[in-house]
Amino acid sequence: MSEALSHGRRAEFLAGIRAELPILLGVTPFGMIYGALAMSAGLPPDAAMAMSSILFAGSAQFVVTQLFATGTPGLVIVLTAAVVNLRHMLYSASVAPYLRRLGPAWKGLLAYLLTDEAYAVGIIRYRRGPENGHGHWHLLGAGLALWTTWQLSTAAGIFLGSQVPASWSLDFTLALTFIALVVPALEDRPDVVAALAAGGVALLAADWPYKTGLLAATLTGIVAGLYAARWAAGHPDRRKATNKTPPERP
Amino acid sequence: MSRTALWLTIVGMGLVTYDIRLSVIALLGRVELPPHFQRDLRFVPPAVLSAIIFPEILRPGGTFYFSPANPRLIAGLVAWRTKNVLLTIAAGMVALWILQAIR
Repeated sequence: MSEALSHGRRAEFLAGIRAELPILLGVTPFGMIYGALAMSAGLPPDAAMAMSSILFAGSAQFVVTQLFATGTPGLVIVLTAAVVNLRHMLYSASVAPYLRRLGPAWKGLLAYLLTDEAYAVGIIRYRRGPENGHGHWHLLGAGLALWTTWQLSTAAGIFLGSQVPASWSLDFTLALTFIALVVPALEDRPDVVAALAAGGVALLAADWPYKTGLLAATLTGIVAGLYAARWAAGHPDRRKATNKTPPERP
Repeated sequence: MSRTALWLTIVGMGLVTYDIRLSVIALLGRVELPPHFQRDLRFVPPAVLSAIIFPEILRPGGTFYFSPANPRLIAGLVAWRTKNVLLTIAAGMVALWILQAIR
Protein backbone atom coordinates (compact mmCIF):
# COMPACT_ATOMS: atom_id res chain seq x y z
CA MET A 1 0.00 0.00 0.00
CA SER A 2 1.53 3.31 -1.03
CA GLU A 3 1.80 6.25 1.32
CA ALA A 4 -0.49 8.35 -0.85
CA LEU A 5 -3.16 5.63 -0.89
CA SER A 6 -3.21 5.11 2.87
CA HIS A 7 -3.28 8.86 3.35
CA GLY A 8 -6.26 9.07 0.99
CA ARG A 9 -8.13 6.45 2.98
CA ARG A 10 -7.33 8.05 6.30
CA ALA A 11 -8.25 11.50 5.03
CA GLU A 12 -11.60 10.17 3.75
CA PHE A 13 -12.30 8.36 7.03
CA LEU A 14 -11.60 11.51 9.06
CA ALA A 15 -13.62 13.63 6.63
CA GLY A 16 -16.55 11.25 7.16
CA ILE A 17 -16.32 11.70 10.92
CA ARG A 18 -16.07 15.49 10.51
CA ALA A 19 -19.11 15.58 8.21
CA GLU A 20 -21.12 13.60 10.76
CA LEU A 21 -20.11 15.68 13.82
CA PRO A 22 -22.75 18.44 13.54
CA ILE A 23 -25.45 15.79 13.09
CA LEU A 24 -24.34 14.11 16.31
CA LEU A 25 -25.43 17.24 18.16
CA GLY A 26 -29.00 16.49 17.08
CA VAL A 27 -28.69 12.71 17.54
CA THR A 28 -27.37 12.80 21.12
CA PRO A 29 -30.53 14.16 22.79
CA PHE A 30 -32.60 11.82 20.58
CA GLY A 31 -30.60 8.81 21.89
CA MET A 32 -30.94 9.99 25.49
CA ILE A 33 -34.70 10.44 25.08
CA TYR A 34 -34.91 6.90 23.65
CA GLY A 35 -32.98 5.47 26.63
CA ALA A 36 -35.22 7.29 29.11
CA LEU A 37 -38.37 6.26 27.23
CA ALA A 38 -37.29 2.60 27.19
CA MET A 39 -36.84 2.72 30.99
CA SER A 40 -40.26 4.30 31.57
CA ALA A 41 -41.76 1.64 29.25
CA GLY A 42 -40.37 -1.04 31.59
CA LEU A 43 -37.71 -2.53 29.30
CA PRO A 44 -34.71 -4.07 31.08
CA PRO A 45 -31.59 -1.87 30.64
CA ASP A 46 -29.65 -4.59 28.77
CA ALA A 47 -32.51 -5.08 26.30
CA ALA A 48 -32.86 -1.32 25.75
CA MET A 49 -29.13 -1.14 25.07
CA ALA A 50 -29.24 -4.20 22.76
CA MET A 51 -31.94 -2.52 20.68
CA SER A 52 -29.50 0.32 19.98
CA SER A 53 -26.65 -2.00 18.98
CA ILE A 54 -28.58 -4.82 17.22
CA LEU A 55 -31.40 -2.84 15.61
CA PHE A 56 -29.53 0.50 15.37
CA ALA A 57 -32.53 2.41 13.98
CA GLY A 58 -33.80 5.38 15.99
CA SER A 59 -37.37 5.85 14.80
CA ALA A 60 -38.03 2.07 14.78
CA GLN A 61 -36.72 1.85 18.35
CA PHE A 62 -39.13 4.59 19.49
CA VAL A 63 -42.09 2.86 17.83
CA VAL A 64 -41.39 -0.66 19.10
CA THR A 65 -40.66 0.57 22.63
CA GLN A 66 -44.29 1.71 22.79
CA LEU A 67 -45.38 -1.69 21.44
CA PHE A 68 -43.36 -3.57 24.08
CA ALA A 69 -45.01 -1.39 26.74
CA THR A 70 -48.50 -2.29 25.51
CA GLY A 71 -47.81 -6.04 25.40
CA THR A 72 -47.84 -6.47 21.60
CA PRO A 73 -46.88 -10.00 20.38
CA GLY A 74 -43.26 -10.40 19.25
CA LEU A 75 -44.07 -11.27 15.63
CA VAL A 76 -46.16 -8.10 15.24
CA ILE A 77 -43.27 -6.08 16.71
CA VAL A 78 -40.78 -7.59 14.23
CA LEU A 79 -43.13 -6.87 11.30
CA THR A 80 -43.63 -3.32 12.54
CA ALA A 81 -39.86 -2.75 12.69
CA ALA A 82 -39.63 -4.05 9.12
CA VAL A 83 -42.28 -1.60 7.88
CA VAL A 84 -40.71 1.36 9.72
CA ASN A 85 -37.30 0.49 8.26
CA LEU A 86 -38.44 -0.26 4.69
CA ARG A 87 -37.16 3.17 3.56
CA HIS A 88 -33.66 1.82 4.18
CA MET A 89 -34.13 -0.34 1.08
CA LEU A 90 -34.16 2.91 -0.91
CA TYR A 91 -30.88 3.89 0.76
CA SER A 92 -29.49 0.46 -0.06
CA ALA A 93 -30.43 0.91 -3.73
CA SER A 94 -29.09 4.46 -3.73
CA VAL A 95 -25.58 3.61 -2.43
CA ALA A 96 -25.33 0.16 -4.06
CA PRO A 97 -23.80 1.40 -7.37
CA TYR A 98 -20.99 3.07 -5.42
CA LEU A 99 -20.27 -0.05 -3.34
CA ARG A 100 -20.45 -2.67 -6.10
CA ARG A 101 -16.67 -3.15 -6.39
CA LEU A 102 -16.21 -3.75 -2.64
CA GLY A 103 -15.81 -7.18 -1.04
CA PRO A 104 -18.54 -8.87 1.00
CA ALA A 105 -17.03 -7.79 4.35
CA TRP A 106 -17.15 -4.10 3.38
CA LYS A 107 -20.67 -4.47 1.97
CA GLY A 108 -21.79 -6.27 5.12
CA LEU A 109 -20.30 -3.66 7.45
CA LEU A 110 -21.55 -0.61 5.55
CA ALA A 111 -25.04 -2.14 5.30
CA TYR A 112 -25.12 -2.47 9.10
CA LEU A 113 -24.15 1.22 9.45
CA LEU A 114 -26.65 2.45 6.81
CA THR A 115 -28.92 4.76 8.85
CA ASP A 116 -30.78 7.98 7.92
CA GLU A 117 -27.95 10.12 9.28
CA ALA A 118 -25.01 8.18 7.74
CA TYR A 119 -26.81 7.90 4.39
CA ALA A 120 -27.56 11.63 4.25
CA VAL A 121 -23.87 12.48 4.71
CA GLY A 122 -22.49 9.60 2.63
CA ILE A 123 -24.61 10.20 -0.47
CA ILE A 124 -23.55 13.88 -0.60
CA ARG A 125 -19.89 12.74 -0.52
CA TYR A 126 -20.47 10.19 -3.30
CA ARG A 127 -22.24 12.70 -5.55
CA ARG A 128 -20.05 15.74 -4.98
CA GLY A 129 -16.70 14.32 -3.82
CA PRO A 130 -13.70 13.22 -5.92
CA GLU A 131 -13.86 9.86 -7.72
CA ASN A 132 -10.78 8.54 -5.92
CA GLY A 133 -12.24 5.12 -5.06
CA HIS A 134 -12.09 5.83 -1.31
CA GLY A 135 -15.67 7.01 -0.79
CA HIS A 136 -16.44 3.94 1.32
CA TRP A 137 -13.92 5.12 3.95
CA HIS A 138 -15.94 8.34 4.23
CA LEU A 139 -19.15 6.36 4.74
CA LEU A 140 -17.38 4.16 7.31
CA GLY A 141 -16.16 7.21 9.26
CA ALA A 142 -19.62 8.78 9.28
CA GLY A 143 -21.30 5.46 10.17
CA LEU A 144 -18.93 4.63 13.04
CA ALA A 145 -19.18 8.16 14.47
CA LEU A 146 -22.95 7.85 14.48
CA TRP A 147 -22.87 4.30 15.89
CA THR A 148 -20.63 5.26 18.81
CA THR A 149 -22.73 8.34 19.62
CA TRP A 150 -25.96 6.34 19.48
CA GLN A 151 -24.64 3.72 21.91
CA LEU A 152 -23.25 6.31 24.36
CA SER A 153 -26.34 8.53 24.27
CA THR A 154 -28.63 5.50 24.76
CA ALA A 155 -26.56 4.45 27.78
CA ALA A 156 -26.71 8.00 29.16
CA GLY A 157 -30.49 8.05 28.71
CA ILE A 158 -30.88 4.68 30.46
CA PHE A 159 -28.66 5.85 33.32
CA LEU A 160 -30.08 9.35 33.77
CA GLY A 161 -33.70 8.45 33.05
CA SER A 162 -36.08 11.32 32.29
CA GLN A 163 -34.26 14.05 34.22
CA VAL A 164 -34.35 16.42 31.23
CA PRO A 165 -37.72 18.22 31.28
CA ALA A 166 -39.93 17.71 28.22
CA SER A 167 -40.41 21.50 28.01
CA TRP A 168 -36.85 21.81 26.67
CA SER A 169 -38.19 20.19 23.45
CA LEU A 170 -34.80 18.56 22.83
CA ASP A 171 -36.46 16.06 20.48
CA PHE A 172 -36.79 18.94 17.99
CA THR A 173 -33.00 18.97 17.45
CA LEU A 174 -33.31 15.96 15.15
CA ALA A 175 -35.86 17.67 12.90
CA LEU A 176 -33.56 20.73 12.76
CA THR A 177 -30.66 18.47 11.76
CA PHE A 178 -32.71 17.08 8.89
CA ILE A 179 -33.68 20.62 7.80
CA ALA A 180 -29.97 21.46 7.52
CA LEU A 181 -29.41 18.28 5.50
CA VAL A 182 -32.35 18.71 3.12
CA VAL A 183 -31.62 22.31 2.09
CA PRO A 184 -28.34 21.52 0.27
CA ALA A 185 -30.02 18.43 -1.26
CA LEU A 186 -32.47 20.69 -3.11
CA GLU A 187 -30.49 21.32 -6.30
CA ASP A 188 -33.22 22.02 -8.82
CA ARG A 189 -36.99 22.38 -9.22
CA PRO A 190 -37.75 18.63 -9.46
CA ASP A 191 -36.00 18.20 -6.09
CA VAL A 192 -38.19 20.90 -4.57
CA VAL A 193 -41.31 19.26 -6.05
CA ALA A 194 -40.22 15.91 -4.56
CA ALA A 195 -39.64 17.53 -1.16
CA LEU A 196 -42.98 19.39 -1.10
CA ALA A 197 -45.00 16.37 -2.30
CA ALA A 198 -43.35 14.10 0.28
CA GLY A 199 -43.81 16.69 3.04
CA GLY A 200 -47.47 17.25 2.17
CA VAL A 201 -48.35 13.55 2.15
CA ALA A 202 -46.32 13.00 5.35
CA LEU A 203 -48.37 15.72 7.07
CA LEU A 204 -51.69 14.12 6.11
CA ALA A 205 -50.48 10.57 6.79
CA ALA A 206 -48.63 11.31 10.06
CA ASP A 207 -51.20 9.33 12.06
CA TRP A 208 -51.09 6.19 9.91
CA PRO A 209 -50.04 3.16 11.97
CA TYR A 210 -46.43 1.97 12.17
CA LYS A 211 -45.00 4.98 10.30
CA THR A 212 -46.47 3.70 7.02
CA GLY A 213 -47.23 7.37 6.28
CA LEU A 214 -43.49 8.04 6.11
CA LEU A 215 -43.07 5.34 3.47
CA ALA A 216 -46.09 6.48 1.43
CA ALA A 217 -44.87 10.08 1.60
CA THR A 218 -41.34 9.16 0.46
CA LEU A 219 -42.62 7.14 -2.51
CA THR A 220 -45.06 9.93 -3.47
CA GLY A 221 -42.19 12.43 -3.34
CA ILE A 222 -40.00 10.29 -5.60
CA VAL A 223 -42.80 9.86 -8.17
CA ALA A 224 -43.61 13.60 -8.06
CA GLY A 225 -39.92 14.42 -8.58
CA LEU A 226 -39.78 12.06 -11.57
CA TYR A 227 -42.79 13.69 -13.24
CA ALA A 228 -41.36 17.15 -12.57
CA ALA A 229 -38.01 16.12 -14.11
CA ARG A 230 -39.75 14.60 -17.14
CA TRP A 231 -41.88 17.73 -17.56
CA ALA A 232 -38.78 19.94 -17.37
CA ALA A 233 -36.81 17.72 -19.78
CA GLY A 234 -39.66 17.61 -22.34
CA HIS A 235 -39.52 21.35 -22.92
CA PRO A 236 -36.25 22.82 -24.24
CA ASP A 237 -36.86 26.20 -22.60
CA ARG A 238 -37.28 24.51 -19.25
CA ARG A 239 -34.30 22.22 -19.61
CA LYS A 240 -32.09 24.51 -17.55
CA ALA A 241 -34.30 23.68 -14.56
CA THR A 242 -32.66 20.25 -14.43
CA ASN A 243 -28.91 20.09 -14.26
CA LYS A 244 -28.45 16.64 -12.79
CA THR A 245 -26.06 14.03 -14.11
CA PRO A 246 -26.51 10.35 -13.36
CA PRO A 247 -24.42 8.94 -10.48
CA GLU A 248 -20.79 8.13 -11.15
CA ARG A 249 -19.87 4.52 -11.83
CA PRO A 250 -17.00 3.66 -9.48
CA MET B 1 -43.43 -10.92 27.50
CA SER B 2 -40.88 -13.45 28.81
CA ARG B 3 -37.19 -12.64 28.76
CA THR B 4 -36.56 -15.22 26.02
CA ALA B 5 -39.36 -13.84 23.85
CA LEU B 6 -38.07 -10.31 24.38
CA TRP B 7 -34.57 -11.21 23.18
CA LEU B 8 -35.86 -13.29 20.26
CA THR B 9 -37.94 -10.29 19.19
CA ILE B 10 -34.93 -7.95 19.41
CA VAL B 11 -32.69 -10.31 17.42
CA GLY B 12 -35.51 -10.84 14.88
CA MET B 13 -35.89 -7.09 14.40
CA GLY B 14 -32.13 -6.76 14.01
CA LEU B 15 -31.98 -9.45 11.31
CA VAL B 16 -34.94 -8.04 9.37
CA THR B 17 -33.52 -4.50 9.52
CA TYR B 18 -30.06 -5.69 8.47
CA ASP B 19 -31.49 -7.65 5.52
CA ILE B 20 -33.39 -4.56 4.35
CA ARG B 21 -30.22 -2.44 4.48
CA LEU B 22 -28.10 -5.10 2.79
CA SER B 23 -30.69 -6.03 0.12
CA VAL B 24 -29.75 -4.02 -2.98
CA ILE B 25 -26.10 -3.62 -1.91
CA ALA B 26 -25.70 -7.41 -1.93
CA LEU B 27 -27.77 -7.91 -5.11
CA LEU B 28 -25.89 -5.44 -7.26
CA GLY B 29 -23.11 -7.12 -9.21
CA ARG B 30 -25.28 -10.23 -9.61
CA VAL B 31 -28.39 -8.40 -10.81
CA GLU B 32 -28.29 -5.11 -12.73
CA LEU B 33 -30.64 -2.24 -11.98
CA PRO B 34 -32.03 -0.43 -15.01
CA PRO B 35 -30.12 2.86 -15.51
CA HIS B 36 -33.25 5.02 -15.19
CA PHE B 37 -33.93 3.42 -11.80
CA GLN B 38 -30.55 4.59 -10.55
CA ARG B 39 -31.25 8.12 -11.77
CA ASP B 40 -34.68 8.07 -10.12
CA LEU B 41 -33.12 7.34 -6.75
CA ARG B 42 -31.67 10.85 -6.63
CA PHE B 43 -35.04 11.94 -5.25
CA VAL B 44 -34.66 9.72 -2.17
CA PRO B 45 -32.82 12.28 0.04
CA PRO B 46 -35.17 15.27 -0.51
CA ALA B 47 -38.28 13.06 -0.30
CA VAL B 48 -37.45 11.09 2.85
CA LEU B 49 -35.94 14.02 4.76
CA SER B 50 -38.96 16.23 4.00
CA ALA B 51 -41.31 13.42 5.00
CA ILE B 52 -39.57 13.33 8.39
CA ILE B 53 -39.42 17.13 8.87
CA PHE B 54 -42.90 18.38 7.83
CA PRO B 55 -44.95 16.53 10.49
CA GLU B 56 -42.38 17.46 13.18
CA ILE B 57 -42.97 21.13 12.43
CA LEU B 58 -46.60 21.42 11.32
CA ARG B 59 -48.13 18.51 13.22
CA PRO B 60 -46.21 18.22 16.53
CA GLY B 61 -47.74 15.64 18.85
CA GLY B 62 -50.27 14.68 16.15
CA THR B 63 -52.19 18.00 16.12
CA PHE B 64 -52.14 20.24 13.03
CA TYR B 65 -50.57 23.59 13.84
CA PHE B 66 -50.83 25.87 10.79
CA SER B 67 -50.19 29.30 12.24
CA PRO B 68 -47.54 31.99 11.81
CA ALA B 69 -47.26 31.80 15.62
CA ASN B 70 -46.15 28.14 15.52
CA PRO B 71 -42.74 28.35 17.24
CA ARG B 72 -41.49 25.24 15.43
CA LEU B 73 -42.38 26.78 12.06
CA ILE B 74 -40.50 29.97 12.91
CA ALA B 75 -37.55 27.96 14.29
CA GLY B 76 -37.59 25.87 11.12
CA LEU B 77 -37.54 28.96 8.88
CA VAL B 78 -34.67 30.45 10.88
CA ALA B 79 -32.83 27.13 10.58
CA TRP B 80 -33.51 26.85 6.84
CA ARG B 81 -31.88 30.22 6.14
CA THR B 82 -28.66 29.46 8.05
CA LYS B 83 -27.66 26.49 5.81
CA ASN B 84 -25.15 25.06 8.30
CA VAL B 85 -26.00 22.11 10.54
CA LEU B 86 -24.53 23.50 13.77
CA LEU B 87 -25.97 26.99 13.22
CA THR B 88 -29.26 25.44 12.17
CA ILE B 89 -29.63 23.49 15.40
CA ALA B 90 -28.46 26.42 17.55
CA ALA B 91 -30.63 29.02 15.80
CA GLY B 92 -33.63 26.70 15.69
CA MET B 93 -33.47 25.72 19.37
CA VAL B 94 -32.90 29.31 20.58
CA ALA B 95 -35.82 30.49 18.44
CA LEU B 96 -38.03 27.69 19.79
CA TRP B 97 -37.11 28.37 23.42
CA ILE B 98 -37.67 32.15 23.11
CA LEU B 99 -41.05 31.65 21.46
CA GLN B 100 -42.11 29.05 24.03
CA ALA B 101 -41.02 31.37 26.87
CA ILE B 102 -42.91 34.45 25.68
CA ARG B 103 -46.19 32.62 25.04
